[in-house]
Amino acid sequence: VFCFAEALIADIQKKITEAFEVFDHECNKTVDVREIGTIIRSLGCCPSESELHDLLAEVEEEEPTGYIRLEKFLPMMTKVLMERRYRPIPEDVLLRAFEVLDVNKCGHLTKEELVKYMTEEGEPFTQEEMEEMLSAAVDPETNTVRYKDYITMMVVDE
Amino acid sequence: HGGSTADRNTVNSPQAIKAAILIQRWYRCYMARLEMRRQYALSIFQSIEYAEEQAQLQLSSFFTFMLDHFIHLNETDKDNKKQGSPSGSDIQLLEYEQMIEVPDSYHGPRLSFPLTVADTNSLLRAFKDQQQLHARYVLQLLHETKKVLKQLPNIIHLSTSYSKEITICGDLHGKLDDLLLIFYKNGLPSEENPYLFNGDFVDRGKHSIEILIILFAFLLVYPNHLHLNRGNHEDYIMNLRYGFTKEVMNKYRSHGKKIVNLLQDVYSWLPLATVIDSKVLIVHGGISDTTDLDFLNLFKRNKMKSVLRPPKSSTERNYDLERSDFVEYSPVTRVKRCPSKVCTPRVHLELTAKEWKQVVDILWSDPKNQNGCTPNKVRGGGCYFGPDVTARLLKRYNLKMLIRSHECKQEGYEISHDGKVITIFSASNYYEDGSNRGAYLKLNPDLIPRFVQYQVTKSTRKQTLHQRVSVVEWSALKSLREKLYCRRSELIAAFQQYDHRKRGRRISATEWASAMESVLHLALPWRTLRSRLVQLAPDGSVEYLSSFNDLEIEPPIKEVQPALVETLYRYRADLEIIFNIIDKDHSGLISIEEFRQTWKLFNSHLKIDIDDESIDNLARSIDVNKDGSIDFNEFLEAFHVVNKFKN
Repeated sequence: VFCFAEALIADIQKKITEAFEVFDHECNKTVDVREIGTIIRSLGCCPSESELHDLLAEVEEEEPTGYIRLEKFLPMMTKVLMERRYRPIPEDVLLRAFEVLDVNKCGHLTKEELVKYMTEEGEPFTQEEMEEMLSAAVDPETNTVRYKDYITMMVVDE
Repeated sequence: HGGSTADRNTVNSPQAIKAAILIQRWYRCYMARLEMRRQYALSIFQSIEYAEEQAQLQLSSFFTFMLDHFIHLNETDKDNKKQGSPSGSDIQLLEYEQMIEVPDSYHGPRLSFPLTVADTNSLLRAFKDQQQLHARYVLQLLHETKKVLKQLPNIIHLSTSYSKEITICGDLHGKLDDLLLIFYKNGLPSEENPYLFNGDFVDRGKHSIEILIILFAFLLVYPNHLHLNRGNHEDYIMNLRYGFTKEVMNKYRSHGKKIVNLLQDVYSWLPLATVIDSKVLIVHGGISDTTDLDFLNLFKRNKMKSVLRPPKSSTERNYDLERSDFVEYSPVTRVKRCPSKVCTPRVHLELTAKEWKQVVDILWSDPKNQNGCTPNKVRGGGCYFGPDVTARLLKRYNLKMLIRSHECKQEGYEISHDGKVITIFSASNYYEDGSNRGAYLKLNPDLIPRFVQYQVTKSTRKQTLHQRVSVVEWSALKSLREKLYCRRSELIAAFQQYDHRKRGRRISATEWASAMESVLHLALPWRTLRSRLVQLAPDGSVEYLSSFNDLEIEPPIKEVQPALVETLYRYRADLEIIFNIIDKDHSGLISIEEFRQTWKLFNSHLKIDIDDESIDNLARSIDVNKDGSIDFNEFLEAFHVVNKFKN
């Protein structure tokens, strides 16, 4: 059992290192702090912005340089993955979230409703994020979001 | 719940906020995974691009050898080596151009010299309509351009004013749509609207000649308001490999050779650097810890014909790019500093090793974030220079900033070295549709750069990020699979070292990744890419033969052995250059004997393990009609990797 756990950790650490290296443009074991969210999320974690902020605080230097070192990132991320924190959001949970927002229970949200929720509530989207989401989510003819179809499409995409 | 809020259709109950956060979390995760895919697709393109550059530069001593020894044997024209009588050939050329008839059936633009704005306008109109400029005018234009360029110093000094900002553009690489878009957004070059184009006008894109014609025409009309820096692709041997020579030969057939030859000369007269307001240095690549602007300003720049032809002294001593103690190698004892400015260029008719290195460094280098200056092993030429190197050079010459191009950036520009180095790259969709934006920058006397970004789009419909990433990723993986395929034998041998039983056909992900890297040296995130390149067993191990399942190289002749096919495919681009060099009259034909000799030379140079007999067999079998000559373009075209299953 002990050996197995060790092998698992080694494997996870290789995975983390490689994801990190995709953004380590200088090959000096550092990445731009702005890329950390992408790295964490691409490793299959789904933290919220505030959770991400906490994770960042753990790995940042005492005097922030704008760069994060692998040396600091690796142990933190290994722990997160070993403890299976911030698990991906299952399809049915996502669907239920859309249903909560669909007050009239009509199976769709209007474009305006979606924009309002996503840019004014919770951890608001930037304009770029919003535009990107709308480009795939909105049916241009009816100007609505049929969220069930949208979710199905997005899951297939991956 | 929530139905009673003021806005009938939306709610802001705690549940709704929770739901919104969940959707935002999920979406950001989705986007991050796409971003990761886009990022590694770009890494693939870049690794392959630089690996090819490196391969070519490593062949430079071989090319020099070919050009100096092999070619002379069957050289009939005296086109080269005419440095002795520069004025005599000018008149000849003019007469020659007058001898090229422009038929009445030609509907393209007609130029009359000296050029005016009417000519540049008609050129732009013609190129938008896919027309071509007749070879006579191209030659005349190049001839006039050369005369203007020859008057310019190696380093140009410009100044800005508030009413006339200077626009600086980076690599264009034959992408005419980007140049036209820049002109559309930013206005045409004029006395009121000065431009500087920072090299790499040609190669890769389909409209390199049109870009050169437009830039040179504007240079002739506004010699004081349009400026050009030489890039590493303004080099005739680079053009042989990266497509420009082919473009010219296809578009201009019988006159193509004259155009290509004249271009060699024009390139060599392009200025090497520009300085704005004595504060901003602009070069194509960058600098090194030995970059000496005073030195660069003094030597005769047209001696530098190609980076792939380093001076003899260095090749003879088997000089490699890492050495920096050039000076002792130069054949002429250098005068330390000329007391009077009449430093006679006649003393140094041959390019010296120091001159060569000085130019290679500014045309090929890239910045890095760590201090120091190290040879650029990835590209094979120039160096990586750190913030300290930048700071020292700026201080020494009392400059504020360095602007350079040479590297594709996702946003079209990048700021590094604490704001002191700016990269500007103007070819959008450089690797593939959607791979990157292009940008140009504007400078006024405050010298604070203002960036403008853009992207040429073909479709009017806005694509989702997922669609855009998929296109880029697909194309990157396709290039990568081809690379795998032409190293198949080596890769399988490397995999089998880990497959101890030799029958499982499976190895662990780690083993697979290190085998891949040991053969390909592309420094890619192999584990991340694994699921895209090979089939995985349920336990995550790799079925290593599956990468080759859906591809095969179609050899033109069936009986050629697989190892030779792979080697041929792998060195296809190099062989093409060599064949083109041998084929002086660009007829597309070389003799069987030349083919055999080249291949043997190449063979021994690269230490490829293929015996003479199979080369002889290959040569014999491709001379289909037994007339002793080979159409090498057809021969090379015939070797290509095909997808066995058309998706």
